[in-house]
Amino acid sequence: MTVLPSNSLRQGPDERGHFGIFGGRFVAETLMPLILALEEAYEAARRDPAYHAELGNLLTHYVGRPSPLYFAERMTEHLGGAKIYFKREELNHTGAHKINNVLGQILLARRMGKSRIIAETGAGQHGVATATACARFGLECIVYMGAVDVERQKPNVFRMEMLGAKVVPVQSGARTLKDAMNEALRDWVTNVDNTFYCIGTAAGPHPYPAMVRDFQCIIGEETREQMLNLEGRLPDSAFACIGGGSNAIGLFHPFLDEPSVELYGVEAAGHGLEVENGHAASLAGGRPGVLHGNRTYLLMDDDGQILEGHSISAGLDYPGIGPEHAWLKENGRVTYLSATDKEALDAFQLCARLEGIIPALEPAHALARIIEIAPKKSRDHLMVLGLSGRGDKDIFAVAEHLGGM
Amino acid sequence: MITGKAMTSRIETRFAQCRAQQRAALVTFIMAGDPDAAISLDILKALPKSGADLIEVGMPFSDPMADGPAIQAAGLRAMHAGMTLNGVLRQVGEFRRHDADTPIVLMGYYNPIYVHGVEKFLIEAKAAGVDGLIVVDLPPEEDEELCLPALRAGLNFIRLATPTTDDNRLPAVLANTSGFVYYVSVTGVTGASRPDYSKVATAVRRIKAHTPLPVAVGFGVKDAAAAAEIALNADAVVVGSAIIDALARTLDSDKRGGPATVAAVSKLVTELAAGVASARR
Repeated sequence: MTVLPSNSLRQGPDERGHFGIFGGRFVAETLMPLILALEEAYEAARRDPAYHAELGNLLTHYVGRPSPLYFAERMTEHLGGAKIYFKREELNHTGAHKINNVLGQILLARRMGKSRIIAETGAGQHGVATATACARFGLECIVYMGAVDVERQKPNVFRMEMLGAKVVPVQSGARTLKDAMNEALRDWVTNVDNTFYCIGTAAGPHPYPAMVRDFQCIIGEETREQMLNLEGRLPDSAFACIGGGSNAIGLFHPFLDEPSVELYGVEAAGHGLEVENGHAASLAGGRPGVLHGNRTYLLMDDDGQILEGHSISAGLDYPGIGPEHAWLKENGRVTYLSATDKEALDAFQLCARLEGIIPALEPAHALARIIEIAPKKSRDHLMVLGLSGRGDKDIFAVAEHLGGM
Repeated sequence: MITGKAMTSRIETRFAQCRAQQRAALVTFIMAGDPDAAISLDILKALPKSGADLIEVGMPFSDPMADGPAIQAAGLRAMHAGMTLNGVLRQVGEFRRHDADTPIVLMGYYNPIYVHGVEKFLIEAKAAGVDGLIVVDLPPEEDEELCLPALRAGLNFIRLATPTTDDNRLPAVLANTSGFVYYVSVTGVTGASRPDYSKVATAVRRIKAHTPLPVAVGFGVKDAAAAAEIALNADAVVVGSAIIDALARTLDSDKRGGPATVAAVSKLVTELAAGVASARR
């Protein structure tokens, strides 16, 4: 492993899972021994070449990595500024970046002798990836999904069921992603002996934020190498959407120590940041709090009750964000912006028409900011969009919003 | 009130009284503000008369990930009826004007306290007459957050020990615990299924070998018979979800309670107290 310089922004978290004041291990005592065992198992796996070889083999032959870094020529022409590349995570098996993390965790679960996998899912992409990996390895799979999300992401529910997973609609609370995570935690605290909790984003108690980030860093590492091959230099900027923030941290992290690379995270502004409880932009509209095992920025009321948040995208309407993003906001290394439902819908359509790529609504948020910022950059500015997922799952929701149904 | 004699807390005094009577203590949980502030205060005042020795008062939270359906629903009812952390502290203050002796332990999750401000919360809780805190999502690894400040402020910090807390970990869990230790009888959420009594008895002995503190046992204690089984070996029996269930059964279709709500809780607590008292006869 390479030794990082002492001033590196890539050193976090500390041994207790803190990125500055963020992160930590805020879980019930029942889960604490499990989390410590997971940390130990992950540290051992990280040092084991056989683990990396098995994961690398799956990423190549099962997922189809490396994903292409594609020059979006017509988008570039249309916007008339920066040269735009798409890092095409949507071409991965299962159609999103989620599988990178899931395979890492499932191999770890196997090493730990766990036979039962649980997961939470919002848009269903993490649920599908988990169901896929469980089918591939013959593991029992239970996916918790808010009842509201079950309704609006029907195709992914069918996919999970086809793959042999049990999808449990969660009726508690707001019946969306945060409630699915609560229910998964309740399952884990009950089934401690045989169960592995496969968290879908770079959040939760330590070691999840660091572990999920490490698994997703392949996005940024490939981007770096591919851009060097294509253009002979690093990109000048990278954009990614943020719900929990796993695709963004995976794209950004390998560039954190490259000050020339501008990094932009794009949150979901829903109906608008000014609309009370009408968005899911935890960094822009929230403040530090403690939920789901970590301290991070959260959307909440003055009494510390968590708000539901809103986004057209079921993958972004989580009222929190990974703790490393909270830290990167505070130290200023990453610039956090937001895009509304409408801006995301416009970007979604533009991408489909200009590039023949139907993006998921999640990365359409990041594209929306590129549409604004790219024209202001010079033609030699190399700009990367983390195209984290494909939009098949969203076509019905989009059609409904456009009045086409 | 406690100046000069900080060591004899209400919790210690109460456990000593129960020991003198050669019985376990009954700890009852209610959610502050469930189904509304007025009725929950009436319930609170009625609990000691019905035989509750210590009272845990739930602080409602939007995301109670260690709780089962009964307590989740109680928290939602309380929040819909307007209960806040300030409201919880007001209820305790009001209770204290009528009862100077029954220990009150606040139970809940960290975020509302963190957002309120830890130091401010501790000062206000102490002033209201709170004796201890149980905060589910603060393991010993996060002791600097609230546990140590609470101890400095003269409040007990009651830790949960669970079936997954092995002998290697137990000393860390017990290190900054005070008042009593709360043994969670099963791996699971509140209101879980009935525990295996012989395993619980073994666990209680194991914990007592590590600490002089009283050991309370909760999770899955549904009725007087179960309370009696636990009370054979534990220093206290905690009942929560069963009380919430009794309360919920009296609510109308709009989730409103009435005099029958207080009566139903009192009746169950009286039975539980009798069960606990009978255990070692």
